[in-house]
Amino acid sequence: MADGRGLRGRAAIVGVADEVSPTGMIDGSVRALEARMIKAALADAGLSLADVNGVACNNSPGWAPSLELAEYLGIQPRWTDSTQTGGSSFEIHVEHAAAAIALGLCEVAVVVYAATPRSDHQRGTGGWRTRQTAGATPAAEWELPFGLRMPMGAYALAASRHMARYGTTSEQLAQIAVSTREWAAMNPAARLRDPITVEDVLASPMPASPLHKLDCCLVTDGAGAVVLTGADRARDLTRPPAYVLGAATCHTHSMISEMPDLCVTGAAVSGPAAFAMAGIGPGEVDVAQLYDSFTITVLLALEDLGFCAKGEGGAFAAEGVLGPGGALPTNTSGGGLAYTHPGQFGIFLLVEAVRQLRGDCGPRQVEGAEVAVAHGSGGVLSAMATVVLGTEAAL
Amino acid sequence: MTDDGTTRVQPPESAAGAPFWAGTRERRFTLPWCRACGRPHWFPREVCPHCLSDDLDWREASGRGAVHAVSVMPAGGAGGAARGPYAVALVDLEEGVRLMTEVIGCDPETVAVGLPVRLVWQPLGDGRHLHLFEPDR
Repeated sequence: MADGRGLRGRAAIVGVADEVSPTGMIDGSVRALEARMIKAALADAGLSLADVNGVACNNSPGWAPSLELAEYLGIQPRWTDSTQTGGSSFEIHVEHAAAAIALGLCEVAVVVYAATPRSDHQRGTGGWRTRQTAGATPAAEWELPFGLRMPMGAYALAASRHMARYGTTSEQLAQIAVSTREWAAMNPAARLRDPITVEDVLASPMPASPLHKLDCCLVTDGAGAVVLTGADRARDLTRPPAYVLGAATCHTHSMISEMPDLCVTGAAVSGPAAFAMAGIGPGEVDVAQLYDSFTITVLLALEDLGFCAKGEGGAFAAEGVLGPGGALPTNTSGGGLAYTHPGQFGIFLLVEAVRQLRGDCGPRQVEGAEVAVAHGSGGVLSAMATVVLGTEAAL
Repeated sequence: MTDDGTTRVQPPESAAGAPFWAGTRERRFTLPWCRACGRPHWFPREVCPHCLSDDLDWREASGRGAVHAVSVMPAGGAGGAARGPYAVALVDLEEGVRLMTEVIGCDPETVAVGLPVRLVWQPLGDGRHLHLFEPDR
């Protein structure tokens, strides 16, 4: 275990499910959607609720997400995780679940997320600012009075710094949105499927300079779940396992004003650690799912995970390498920019990575994908978690 | 285009931040310094984030610094419809800490990374003042 390779191949994702809609809205309460996703993911795996003895979720009407979910499901798990780091929570849940399974703390774990911010907005409930303004938090005292539009303003600050330091351009960031939309065009479930150009991105309004509206993710309803179990059991189940080859986390701050370096995220720690555990380098990744809350989020991940050098993410993405036929197929579902983004996108990174490794992706399938990365970003570039997944051939 | 403070989200006053806000009532801009390790920190905490000492000393700061990062909010954004375009910035202070603020007193589009800035106070309406910055020409 002390060799840093402890989790490699010990556990696998064996079931996945998600539900989104081109309308951006889906029916059902958050808890009902979670139950629906868990049922579907277990069916996908060939398992049942009776097999589940580990549960992870980060979202709840009350104060104890995994307690409330397990009670709703009527199960009594012996491994539980309510870790809340925003959109990267689910990559962390997978990391923790793989570790728990490897140590025998549980045998079958479910990780789930559901949210309906688009429907909530129609009903006049929910919203980021509602949550941010509650109580005398450090953010309320030292950030909110200055009127930074959240969350996009936080990412805009990082983009402004990256532009000033490395000469990154709005055109380069825009190409990330263009490449992602090319993938979305091939996904019938995606919210936005019409092709866009760099000029379209630059002509869209600027909610927080230097980011344009088309640099920003969607606000939709959505739900998803993954099921993990040990490698030996995984081989006997319905679908080909997606083995956890490596997983690591690093969080650097909570408020954007406390980010130690606006041009370097925790992925500079989580990425190399996850790759080292997997025993591979970034050059061996066949398909990448990199959290795209904003185009700058992807650009920073490309650099910090080592797909290109620091400062060169703009030029790297501008070549179109992230799109269909490119050297690094990225966000093949259409991502948070065009597929779905129900507040947090991390679960969908995992679901799409597994579907690519199984060869289930139809017209958007990356041929021969054996190694995938699901890289989550939570908060405001705050919490990074990298999961390297692979097929049996990659073990 | 600068606002009068009435459309802002008013900052709450935490126990850790109370000495700072008390200073602003007299237009004194102070930072918490640790007597144990000799370093300043931001945001205000009950203990020094470098060494966890609670032996803190509030010292007056120069109020000078440079823009580290900036984003311009359009009219009708989060600050309320009454606020026109305005520049939210992270500013590196001479003392070595970074804080969020707004840069006023110029066209917001001209606020660039590296711009030298100096403190300017804005009344908050309850006797406290908010620490904004303007170009240091």
